[in-house]
Amino acid sequence: MNALLKALALRSPGDMARLGVILALLGLILFGALRYDNFLSQYNILSFLRYNSMFALIALGMAFVIMTGGIDLSVGGAAAMASVIAALLSPHHWAAGLFGGIAAGLAVGALNGFIVTAMRIQPFIATLATMLAAYGTALLLAGNQSVSVSYDSGFTEIGQGDFLGFPIPAWIGLLAYIAGWLVLERLPIGRHMLAIGGGEATAALMGLKVRRTLIAVYLGSGALAGLAGVILASQFGAGQPTEGVGWELFAIASVVVGGTLLTGGSGSVGATLAGALLLAMVFNILNFENGLGWISLSAYWQSVIRGGFLLIVVVLQARLMSRREEKA
Amino acid sequence: MTTIETQAGANTVPSGKRFFSLAGRYGTFAAFLALILFNVVFTPNSLSLQTLNVNLTQVATIVIVAIGMTLVIATGGIDLSVGSLMAIAGALAPMIFMGTLFPIANMPVAVALALVMPVAVTGLLGLFNGFLVTRFAIQPIIATLVLFIAGRGIAQVMTNGNLQVFRNEGFQFIAMGRVAGIPAQVILMAVIAAIAWAAIRYTVFGRQIIAVGGNEKAARLTGIPVHRVKLFVYMISGALAGVAGLIVVARNSASDANLVGLGMELDAIAAVAVGGTLLTGGRANIIGTVIGALVIQLVRYTLLANGVPDAAALIVKAALIVLAVFIQQRAGKS
Repeated sequence: MNALLKALALRSPGDMARLGVILALLGLILFGALRYDNFLSQYNILSFLRYNSMFALIALGMAFVIMTGGIDLSVGGAAAMASVIAALLSPHHWAAGLFGGIAAGLAVGALNGFIVTAMRIQPFIATLATMLAAYGTALLLAGNQSVSVSYDSGFTEIGQGDFLGFPIPAWIGLLAYIAGWLVLERLPIGRHMLAIGGGEATAALMGLKVRRTLIAVYLGSGALAGLAGVILASQFGAGQPTEGVGWELFAIASVVVGGTLLTGGSGSVGATLAGALLLAMVFNILNFENGLGWISLSAYWQSVIRGGFLLIVVVLQARLMSRREEKA
Repeated sequence: MTTIETQAGANTVPSGKRFFSLAGRYGTFAAFLALILFNVVFTPNSLSLQTLNVNLTQVATIVIVAIGMTLVIATGGIDLSVGSLMAIAGALAPMIFMGTLFPIANMPVAVALALVMPVAVTGLLGLFNGFLVTRFAIQPIIATLVLFIAGRGIAQVMTNGNLQVFRNEGFQFIAMGRVAGIPAQVILMAVIAAIAWAAIRYTVFGRQIIAVGGNEKAARLTGIPVHRVKLFVYMISGALAGVAGLIVVARNSASDANLVGLGMELDAIAAVAVGGTLLTGGRANIIGTVIGALVIQLVRYTLLANGVPDAAALIVKAALIVLAVFIQQRAGKS
């Protein structure tokens, strides 16, 4: 066992957890492929990617925030606000909707960065407040109802269209994850984020620009949430001021399932993607169970099973970590 | 305000930092008084007994949940599952006195069971949260996220997602009843707050809660049963969420598993933060939490009574939370 771990270059318990999530994802895909005829069909794969890319985007932003030792509860609210603003701007040009939505997310991120760094308020409280403010703004702008998008400006292509046979949201997600990987693994700021998450005071003493890095991280998370909001509006044909409730917790769960500790200082872009896909895959498989009538699973059972699944993953991770710690 | 912590050097601060120190200690209370004054002057009918009752009954459930949250946060944890636990208790209670769970011939017994059993169940679920936090050392936000996600599903599965409508005066006394003209839920809120305040201030257990949140390692080394303390606070938080769930469904004469307690975890956390308990633990300001919840409620009432839409009230609430925490932190530093 230990020889195997060495061969795979698994140095830390975090690496083990990350390997675990990738294996679990592969296992789940295998299970689905063996059990359902249409599981690996082009239709299922493409619609899976189309629908889940927005959650994956939010999970990526959340992973970066958590790596610095913070948390971003405002992502769902930012996405809702962005979806409304994108819908309102969509009649003018598809790009107006797209960039308007991203700008809305950036605005929430900037506010988060300001409150966390300049006012020195804990990220949990800071982003809780901006989440409320974002929902409030979304409801005000939308007049308490959903806002239809324009179908003439090409805006709906962003969420519903294809490019080279792949859904555009999947392309956006892929590009975001490649960029995220480059930032974390190849740019100095990636190393800085991990250093800040490992110990903010030490990082500051080492001369790292802590504030600037933290602001960048919250801006990134906000922009990705804004992008998710644009995709949401485009996919459903309407800006949804009350959508996004609970997205932050789904994103946090994805990051944790991906082996990133909430205490910060470590993390992986690839494993975050695997974590988000894993949680989404559970849902996909439950839908198959539903559709084929093997057991009649109501939507209510699905959240019970999702919670149970999260429980199994975090308990297994906790056991893995404690065992490695005892040995070390 | 009763804040249990060392206030070393609080009297020797330079005058420039005095403002934040004072504002930190009395700011929330001052905001509370200012809001009342504002309403007396500008809001019509704000001095009526009915206004008082409306505000107190609306805030009762938040206060009850927020007190449990205060204890959990004092140990350095957090409880995201409270809203879902409210839904479970709210779903369970009508099933008991309406006999859908098991037949009970004697109505008073059924009502008593409907009041006790759901609270016991949510207390046990709280214990489960504590078990994950202590036994597996899972971070509280993730440990309680499990029941946040699964809990509402459990409530929905129990009721098949259906609305349960009922009339039962015995059970609904917990929300609709009055003792000497005071709504029963307000009395319940006051009693729970008083017990929690006294427990923090005068009991060994209260001190242990603060000690665990202040420095867990030190607490363990001085022989405090850290795990038992944590299990206890999560159990209390779960049980209080159950009580709040009973009040909500009794008030509505209906139980909707999709809606009971939705977003309550955030309201409770906000009340705790505005009330001056830092999320890092080691402090438990029960009176602060009560006033924090009252301030948030009063802001909402003031805005609504003066024609400001609910959506704008959300933004004001957000600004208020940030401002309150900012002032308290500055006070803490000086």
